[in-house]
Order: sequence, then C-alpha cells, then structure tokens
Amino acid sequence: MKDATMSLPPSILSRPVYGVLAPRPGLAHLVIADGAGAGAVADLFAADPGIAGRAHVLYTPGPDGGDDWAVIEALGAAQAQRAASVPTLLFRLARVLLDAKAGTQCYLAGSEGLIGQAERDLMAQGVPHQDIQKEHRGSTVRRVQCVHCKGITEAVRTDPFVCSHCGLSLYVRDHYSRRLAAFQGVCIDAEEPGNIPPAVEKFA
Amino acid sequence: MNAKLQVRVTEVEALNPLIKRFRFVPRDGGLLPAFSGGAHVVVEMEDHGTRRMNPYSLSSDPEDRTGYEVTVRRDDAGRGGSLYMHNHVAVGTEMVISHPVNLFPLDGRAKKHLFLAGGIGITPFKAMIHQLGHIGAKWELHYASRNPGLCAYGDLLRGPVQFYYDDDKSFIPLKDLLARQPLGTHVYCCGPKGMLAWVRATAAELGLAEHAVHFEEFTAPQPGAPFDVDLVRSGRRIHVPAHQSLLEAMEAAGVDAPYLCRGGACGQCECDVVTLDGQIDHRDHWLAPTDHKTKIMPCVSRFAGRALAIDR
Ligand code: FES
Repeated sequence: MKDATMSLPPSILSRPVYGVLAPRPGLAHLVIADGAGAGAVADLFAADPGIAGRAHVLYTPGPDGGDDWAVIEALGAAQAQRAASVPTLLFRLARVLLDAKAGTQCYLAGSEGLIGQAERDLMAQGVPHQDIQKEHRGSTVRRVQCVHCKGITEAVRTDPFVCSHCGLSLYVRDHYSRRLAAFQGVCIDAEEPGNIPPAVEKFA
Repeated sequence: MNAKLQVRVTEVEALNPLIKRFRFVPRDGGLLPAFSGGAHVVVEMEDHGTRRMNPYSLSSDPEDRTGYEVTVRRDDAGRGGSLYMHNHVAVGTEMVISHPVNLFPLDGRAKKHLFLAGGIGITPFKAMIHQLGHIGAKWELHYASRNPGLCAYGDLLRGPVQFYYDDDKSFIPLKDLLARQPLGTHVYCCGPKGMLAWVRATAAELGLAEHAVHFEEFTAPQPGAPFDVDLVRSGRRIHVPAHQSLLEAMEAAGVDAPYLCRGGACGQCECDVVTLDGQIDHRDHWLAPTDHKTKIMPCVSRFAGRALAIDR
C-alpha cells in the first residue's frame, strides 16, 4: 500500500479502508479524482496503457486547493473534464451515469469526501460498492454529519469542531455511513454543557 | 424454525416429456411460510429404503402462500431423486419438505434485473418474475432450451422475454447482450455448468462488476466411487455408497449433521478434516482452495484414497 493510505491509522470496522487502483478489463473506464488523486490516476494509466483510450476522467481540485489538472490533461484520456468543485463534479457524474453501460469500471482517487460522495452516487445507480476501486491520496479532512441536526460539514480539520448548521460542538467519530458518505459527529458536552475540550488539529 | 413442513401434493402436471410441475399445500390447511424469488426447499423422499433429500427451487408466485410449486426435470442418469418425483409422487402423496432457504436472492439495489436461463434453470426466474411484477421493477429474461417442446413455462412467460432453441442453432448473443446493458444492471444465471462458466468468463472480460453477476450454484450431489470415512466425534466408521452423499450416509447412520442447501453453496455442513491420506474431490462452491486440505463439504464432496477422518 501507498504511504498516503498508511497514514490512516487502523480503526473500527465501519471506518473505510482504501486500496491502490489497479487496471481491470472493461468496455469503459470511469475515473473520478480530486487534488492529489491525480497521481493515483497517472499510476493507473501507466500500469495499463490501454485504459486511456476508453477512459472518461472527472477531476476537481482537492479540499486543500491542490490542483493537478495538468497531470490529468497530459494522460490522453478519451474524455477528461475539470469541474470547479465537488458538487459540480457530481452534477456532471449524474449526466455521465445516464448513458453508462454495465461494462464500466469505476475508479475513485483523492480525498475521502470526494471518494465517498462519488461512491454513494455509483451505489445509487446499482453498482456494488465492493467493485468500486478506491485509493486515498492527499488531504485527510473529513466530511461529517451532525447526528443531532443532520447537517453535513465539509472539510472538518479539528476534533471537536463546531457544527456549521446548529452550532453544537461535535466529537468526530470513526463511525462512517456509506449511504451518507460522511463520518458521524456527536455532541461532546451533552452531559456537562460547556465542558468542551480544546479543538485538536487531527485532519489535514 | 427447525420443524419441517408437512405437505400434500395437490397438482402434478407434465409440462413436457421431461419436466413436471408439483404443487404442495399444507396438510393441515392454512398458509405456508413466506419466501422470496430464488428460494429452494429440500424435499424428502423415502425411496424404497433410501432416504433422498433433494433441493428444488420454488417456481411459484412468492405472494401465494397457499402452496409451493417446484418444477422437476427427470434426470435418467442421476441418483434417482428426480425419477422418484416423476414416477412415485402423485396427487394426494404426503411429503415432508424443509422451510424455504434463499441462496439466490434478487439484489434490491439493481436498476434492472437481467435473467439468463438454460433449460430447467428457468425455475427460480419464474418466481422472481412474479415477485418483480408485484413491485414493478425492470427485468428481462433470455431463456435458452433445446426446442419449443422442452421450453417449460414458455407459454406462460409474458413481457420482455426472448427464447433461444439449440435445435434451431439460436443462442443467447451474450457478449452484445451484456455490453448493451445499462450500468447498475444485475445479471442472474441459472443453467447447466457450461453456461455458468460462459457467463462468468464473458462478464469478467467485459468488465461487469463481479458482485452484480449472480449464479445459482447449488446442484444436486452427483454419484461417485464409494469410500469409507471415520467420524471422530461419533467414534464410528461409515461406508458411503456410490449413489449416496457423505451427508446422506451420516444421516442414514443416525449421526446428526447440519445442512441447509445440500448442494455445496451455503457453507452450513462444513466439516474439519482430522486425518487425510488421499484426495478429497471438492465439488462445492464454498471452500477456498486454501481450505482444501483441512475441510470438506459432506453434502456434495467425495473422497478417494486410504483414509479420511472428519470431526463429526
Ligand atoms: S449443506 Fe450447504 S454447503 Fe453443504
């Protein structure tokens, strides 16, 4: 496994683990990446030069602003599109999925937030999650759902953090929902209101 | 849940010269347990001193709990279960069957269900099509048989159904068919071994998601050379004749052995191997190759060699 993946410490069963993208046979290759995920895509294309001619790459800069679009552009994919943000990338993905055929291999690379949301949309299309390849690269910031107000806060860096919707201080659990593509955040001072430990920078 | 179902046969219909449909209803009236498309029951037969327990897919509408139907193809070269059903089971026969077990369920996440049936492999799909009809899900059936005369239920299947007949040299255009399916299609295949292998290889080559391609794997146990086995926990040595499985031989000897599918697919009958001097003929779809020296599935697998002792 790559170092980027090793940097995620072992945890509970519901915490996602990531592998390394490997070429598989397919009539088409749908590749979705953000930020440093471009490096994983480049490695994938290098491992099988046959992929580029049947590949459709959707790319957006990472949550840390890192933009390796030049790397993607140089790969010679049949189609490659740069989206301005994750939401606009997912909008484009929805359009791509309307015409996608069963022999499409799906590869996701980059931050957990992007990987999780693309996986959620592919699953909703009927693609089994076990067959979607995922490689984590770059930023470890988290997408967290507040279990109280249900609002999702993107790019969470600290634990605890303040819910961007309801303002509660939330403890960031490793417990993850594949359906929501988010970690779970739980009120940290429910028992002793006001007793909030200082925020520690845990995700970068 | 352990209690078996006491049923009576109320209908026997010859669908064609090789295939019969049987309907079971509860002897005491009332409703049978609910099941879902793809489920099977184990039918017990007292065949002139030999106890046979064969798994058969339920082919009737899962919404109909007043009875279950199975569809049985006569296998003249088989061990006799299907012959017993064809020759000795008639309207009024009282039988014992297991609760339904489903090892071949529909995947509710699918955007579309594509069924590939070969011959008698139509049976689970008939139930699934009933089920999907109730919820309005999208499906398509491609059904290959030898000729129209042997195409069971061909006249009853309505909707997006395509028939293929070997005698007309018409075959499922598998590659084109799979390639044009929308992403999110789940494929289900039930038919002879060669067909399963063909579908598995073609789907992999085209890059279909592995977990979106489903196979009805369990098959009735096939005969083989007789052998002896030491049952370590029971402290006995038993003989397994050619037309009996190891599981059946244990049952005949009064040894309590677990099972669910009796077809090498569910994992329930798994047994640890204590001593092995010879070759286990693994015929199941359960064990990983790394387990082949240490475990055996007695419902289908056999043995040849000097000594086999198992933890049972
Ligand atoms: S009873 Fe299912 S594998 Fe043997």
